[in-house]
Amino acid sequence: MSTDQQTGRPAGGPATPHVAHRRQPPPSADELRARIPGWGADLDHADRPSFPKLDWQADRYGAHWDYPAQQPGGEGRERSIEHAQLTPVFGTAQPLHGVSGAVRRLAYARYSEGRLAHWMLLIAGDRIDAWGAHARSFLSGRPDQPFTETGVVTEVTHHGLASRLRSSRTDTRHQVLDPVVVAGPWVAAAVGAFLGGRALVRAVRS
Amino acid sequence: MGSSRADEVVLVKAMVYRGPYKVRVEEKARPKIEHPNDAVIRVTLAAICGSDLHLYHGMMPDTRIGHTFGHEFIGVVDEVGSSVQNLTAGDRVMVPFNIFCGTCWFCSRGLVSNCHNVNPNATAVGGIYGYSHTTGGYDGGQSQYVRVPFADVGPAKIPDWMADEDAVLLTDMTATGYFGAQLADIAEGDTVVVLGAGPVGLVAARSAWLMGAGRVIVVDELDERLERARTWALAETLNFTHVDDVVLEMKKQTDFLGADSVIDCVGAEADGNFTQHLTGAKLKLQGGSPVALNWAIDGVRKGGTISVIGAYGPVPSAVKFGDAMNKGLTLRMNQAPVKRQWPRLFEHVKAGHLKPSELVTHRFPLEHIAEAYHVFSSKLDGCIKPLVLPDAA
Ligand SMILES: NC(=O)c1ccc[n+]([C@@H]2O[C@H](COP(=O)([O-])OP(=O)(O)OC[C@H]3O[C@@H](n4cnc5c(N)ncnc54)[C@H](O)[C@@H]3O)[C@@H](O)[C@H]2O)c1
Ligand SMILES: [Zn+2]
Ligand SMILES: [Zn+2]
Repeated sequence: MSTDQQTGRPAGGPATPHVAHRRQPPPSADELRARIPGWGADLDHADRPSFPKLDWQADRYGAHWDYPAQQPGGEGRERSIEHAQLTPVFGTAQPLHGVSGAVRRLAYARYSEGRLAHWMLLIAGDRIDAWGAHARSFLSGRPDQPFTETGVVTEVTHHGLASRLRSSRTDTRHQVLDPVVVAGPWVAAAVGAFLGGRALVRAVRS
Repeated sequence: MGSSRADEVVLVKAMVYRGPYKVRVEEKARPKIEHPNDAVIRVTLAAICGSDLHLYHGMMPDTRIGHTFGHEFIGVVDEVGSSVQNLTAGDRVMVPFNIFCGTCWFCSRGLVSNCHNVNPNATAVGGIYGYSHTTGGYDGGQSQYVRVPFADVGPAKIPDWMADEDAVLLTDMTATGYFGAQLADIAEGDTVVVLGAGPVGLVAARSAWLMGAGRVIVVDELDERLERARTWALAETLNFTHVDDVVLEMKKQTDFLGADSVIDCVGAEADGNFTQHLTGAKLKLQGGSPVALNWAIDGVRKGGTISVIGAYGPVPSAVKFGDAMNKGLTLRMNQAPVKRQWPRLFEHVKAGHLKPSELVTHRFPLEHIAEAYHVFSSKLDGCIKPLVLPDAA
């Protein structure tokens, strides 16, 4: 198909953005209204909910305070050093603990959110937390089970193969890396333990 | 302070993160009133969002083991703190994914997704339920019970006429897609490209028509999602794996002008460039793979607008900023301020202009949370939007 057929532009003349007007006007409002339920209901920019971006909210969404009461128990709660004070409300879901907690606390106490070190330490804290939790899980009544916790059984129950073959999707190419992300640290730990053990045995023997 | 059941420990079931790609159900102590304006909600219906996948894949800094995800949920008020005036036990409520105070500098001006009073861990992002400690350290709603701070401010009673499955999808997905279309500054007759045919992208495409778009083109690689873009969002579609060069294709399809606006509904885990995906999404060397954002920058017309609704991490990404500057683009973006969208969205749902529940493809009992995450993450079985049922046997 020639470009001209594809666009419906009259052959010969200059193409659209080289001239002042589109060669292909959009469908008319009537046409669109007939085809699409609600077309143009929010045509007026000034009547859209988030217009303008900064817009004084007189009703305060129902708040009945000028400044909220302080949630108790915030002593020692980690916070971004870009905050002038602890926020009046905060989450208490998983308090800092152990080695990962120390790494994360350092990230918060030392570096602003503008510093890469802040985020890299938090990411390091995440990995330490995960390894520690896996190790501890084997001492608990409920060890981690990579098979059930990854839900891979759905590869069978929810047509894993067919779902991947149906579209020409490219994400399958890197999905093969997912098991590496899951199992990689385990393999590394096993190799490390083996090498460490071997070195120990050799040291003892010699 | 709510002291009612303070000392007895009641165990409830909750989804729990066990490390990248691993989740399970555990018993946790029932959440308590921790602040006079808290409520505790018994969750009746929850959903998994594309944003949860960033946590699930271990991409969001400070995602702690044991964290309960879930920022799309509805439920019944079970207990309220001493200063709560607008809700009472037994009310059926929908809860926006944003936690916000209503009175800080930002909330006072409508930026409720950027509240300064709820997230001690960061100033660059507001408070979000079940979305790591980087957004405040609150457990989320893929659980039987959840703590809801500022109960007088965030939640709304579910109107009688509204179906539960519509209500739960208004707490994020629908409000977010609609907000994304607003950020694109659509004028009558505009050509709008939506990158990503996930639940958010599909709503953005449908909403673009409400704002008067003349053409809507949705780009993805999953045929079943593109099919929904045609039948549900009434849009044209482009499968990026069928063309050699998406940017060039966008130009061809817009008569070489480029789209008037492009909405990025993909975010950090974009496909389409293996190296970007590997360094951004898998090795976490960037704050995400900016493939879609770069397609938006290059595919939009000069002087056009890009709306970024897809989420990216806080670490720098390789974005083609030079092109954005040279083209005189307007870039608009935010976490969606959900409650600000609700009055209008309630009208659209009631009028039948938007019916988000039509995008639900799967319903998983909370017990099967690991299966739910794998199906949604790997896009198996034609999954578009999975719901989570906390009380199903
Ligand atoms: N700003 C907000 O308030 C907010 C709220 C909710 C979700 N989000 C973000 O919106 C994004 C979409 O959410 P969702 O629930 O629809 O997720 P989703 O993962 O279901 O959808 C993403 C879609 O993008 C497609 N895709 C991948 N690479 C692409 C590319 N290069 N070009 C075009 N499409 C591509 C995928 O195939 C998928 O269909 C996520 O990043 C999520 O974090 C933001
Ligand atoms: Zn979300
Ligand atoms: Zn606020």
